[in-house]
Amino acid sequence: MADLTNDFLGIKSPNPFWLASAPPTDKQYNVERAFRAGWGGVVWKTLGEDPPVVNVSSRYGAVTYNGTRVAGFSNIELITDRPLEVNLREIKEVKRAWPDRALVVSLMVPCNEESWKAILKRVEGTEADGIELNFGCPHGMSERGMGSAVGQVPEYVEMVTRWCKQHSRMPVIVKLTPNITNILGPARAARRGGADAVSLINTVQSIVGVDLDLMAPLPTVDGKGTHGGYCGPAVKPIALRMVAEIARDPECRGMAISGIGGVSTWRDAAEFVSMGAGNVQVCTAAMTHGFKIVEDMISGLANWMDGKGYRRTDDFLGAAVPNFVDWQHLNLNYKVIAHIDQDLCIRCGKCHIACEDTSHQSIAALRDENHRRRYEVIESECVGCNLCMHVCPVDGCITMRPVDTGLPYADWTSHPNNPMRRQAAE
Amino acid sequence: MTSGPDIRTGRLSPQALSTGFGDAHPPLDHRQAVIEASRCYFCYDAPCVEACPTSIDIPSFIRSIATGNLAGAATTILESNIMGGMCGRVCPVEELCEEACVRNAQEAKPVRIGLLQRHATDWLVGAGIQPFVRAAPTGRRVAVVGAGPAGLSCAHRLAVLGHDVVVFEAREKPGGLNEYGIAAYKTPEDFAQKEVDFILSVGGIELRCGQALGRDVTLSDLRRSFDAVFLGIGHNAVRALGAEGEEMDGVMNAVDYIAGLRQARDKAVLPVGRRVVVIGGGNTAIDIATQIRRLGAEDVTIVYRRGPEHMSATWKEQEWAQTNGVRIKHWAQPRRLVGWPANGAKPHVKEVVFEYTQLDDRGRLTGTGDTFALPADQVFKAIGQYFVPSALHDGVAAEPLELAGDRIAINADRETSLPGVFAGGDCVPGVDLTVSAVADGRIAAEAIDRRLRADILRD
Repeated sequence: MADLTNDFLGIKSPNPFWLASAPPTDKQYNVERAFRAGWGGVVWKTLGEDPPVVNVSSRYGAVTYNGTRVAGFSNIELITDRPLEVNLREIKEVKRAWPDRALVVSLMVPCNEESWKAILKRVEGTEADGIELNFGCPHGMSERGMGSAVGQVPEYVEMVTRWCKQHSRMPVIVKLTPNITNILGPARAARRGGADAVSLINTVQSIVGVDLDLMAPLPTVDGKGTHGGYCGPAVKPIALRMVAEIARDPECRGMAISGIGGVSTWRDAAEFVSMGAGNVQVCTAAMTHGFKIVEDMISGLANWMDGKGYRRTDDFLGAAVPNFVDWQHLNLNYKVIAHIDQDLCIRCGKCHIACEDTSHQSIAALRDENHRRRYEVIESECVGCNLCMHVCPVDGCITMRPVDTGLPYADWTSHPNNPMRRQAAE
Repeated sequence: MTSGPDIRTGRLSPQALSTGFGDAHPPLDHRQAVIEASRCYFCYDAPCVEACPTSIDIPSFIRSIATGNLAGAATTILESNIMGGMCGRVCPVEELCEEACVRNAQEAKPVRIGLLQRHATDWLVGAGIQPFVRAAPTGRRVAVVGAGPAGLSCAHRLAVLGHDVVVFEAREKPGGLNEYGIAAYKTPEDFAQKEVDFILSVGGIELRCGQALGRDVTLSDLRRSFDAVFLGIGHNAVRALGAEGEEMDGVMNAVDYIAGLRQARDKAVLPVGRRVVVIGGGNTAIDIATQIRRLGAEDVTIVYRRGPEHMSATWKEQEWAQTNGVRIKHWAQPRRLVGWPANGAKPHVKEVVFEYTQLDDRGRLTGTGDTFALPADQVFKAIGQYFVPSALHDGVAAEPLELAGDRIAINADRETSLPGVFAGGDCVPGVDLTVSAVADGRIAAEAIDRRLRADILRD
């Protein structure tokens, strides 16, 4: 039976599912409900200096895709709008009542050493397990020189991280913004500053939609809108790639990663772990469905691990990282072609029209002797792009089958069409 | 023991009647429609389109619903089928578009195309949008006989194409079987008239009710006074049982009773028997049986001379009747009707004696000789309607219309043997469905338009 207990920077939790710093972790009431539901840990919603910020009404926008609610989610909420003292008192009470759960505190104060020094002392007094530096919030706070305004400047990331390591005994997690050209810049800066871990991604700057009656970006506040932070299932691919980029970077080696971004199911979590995340943080899925979803995350991950023979998440931590390579190292002599299982085919023709209109004209639309539709792959034309497989609505109907080209591994670095190719003699 | 027929009015409370004759299949709300629409795969060369007699571009209209473009969805439907609203309610979709849906192969659960079609067209009519603009007037006039689905479909298309149309309708109201034939719970809230109003609102169509062919107008007159004629005159006769005693009191044509029911402002005034026998196997049999149950009949039995697979009512209709407490007996034919003692007056039916049937070695239906009797206070005949061509023979027509069997013979353009006279709907060969009648009307209108435009060019 899989053992899901998690050790992240020495912070123990019964499972790798933490709630991210966000509205679900804003106060004792929510956090205790989360712990009762089974969540392994939380990152308390970001604390700042008093007086607290104020928030607007309304705060969230969402993308509904083909009738599916909250395929993408956007918020314009700021950090906690409650007094620091109240949050600290509640954090202390919760940690005392739930010693087996991870409780990390997210922080964001102005970029001067005294401010950080002051708040670190007070957080230490709560006996929280660690801190997460919010260098990611892309709206509101960034306009005041905090959040992603720090995260976008590697020198600041390094500087603040160093202060925190100097003035605190607590493990330091640096939360990174994706609103940057190269994620390795701030990740390496965090490493240089002494960070124990990075967590990513924070939300992506976005306008989630436009109210075409008000002619204003969503969500609207009295007829106006502002850019928000985008998250939810839609951002998972962006997050996975950034996590993997850091995981394979030699300069970041040894620094732990907490994976965030659209984690909605156990499978998402397994993917993040395989790409190098020691645990995952969840927000949108919980905000969409409530805390109970963690039950399936736990049992789903354990059951999958049992099937694969993994005892602990460490057994497959980063297992997919070595296979994440640059394009130039892909084997150009490997070939797959589409195969349609005629018994499973429901004859919708989607593979045909996708290939015919937008790809390589390699699926023929035919009629059999009974005038029934029949779609057949023209194998000589198929380049193995996978498009038909993706548009086919029937699981397993179209599969991509390797064909033996009889050619050895050869990649772009030595290809004759590559003007910068390595010479064979080298 | 009762000593006579048990037929009464007002068997059910007004509330029960109102529930029973409300919308049998309630419409989708917007959210349900979007979810259902997103189940559509937007197939290439979609089989549902091929299965639709009016070739509605179903994937396109469903995609428009999914994107919130309801006006676009409704227009796509109505361009192919001006009675898309009624067809969304009454089409046997389980044998047409929904049977063809590829989701059947995948999960035995087709996209609910009929309900989606209704959603889009109801929205458009409710919004008061007129999506059609008439073409420049051609100065040509066409007579349409019959304001049922075939006639109105033809009239609408002709009007849109710029021709002026006069529609002659024998009954008081337009709509044909939509108004007088279809089960009440399929088209509540006077939908049939609302749809007719919508169709006529395009302009260029003059409706003359109470004008019957062969009585008030003749085909020869129409041919002389108009540039073309379309006949959408439907059935005009009900088949007889051929059983002894069928002229007794209490024995009625199902279509006549349904027409009365559809026109009754208060359904409590309709006479309803306690035990009712319906003879036939089509949708009319289902409709009369279910409606008489919903009027309060206690025992309702449909008797059909062949098996369930031979019934022209679809499996879904048969299930619907059974769900409503109607018993369906197969493999029996009526032999004779027995009346209550009448002392020389016209007797009232008391029971129907049936003979069991079977197929012989050569596949012909024969009686087995064994019989049974069903008590009946009311008997409804629903074994089919047909077309009597006498109305077409006005005594002055030099050339008679050619028939195919007992219907008017037509070619692919829906033109009859008389040049310039077209026909469609239940009076021509083919399946008797609203949707096929609409298709006939549209095809004929387009053929008439081509003919008239060619004439204009020659002039």
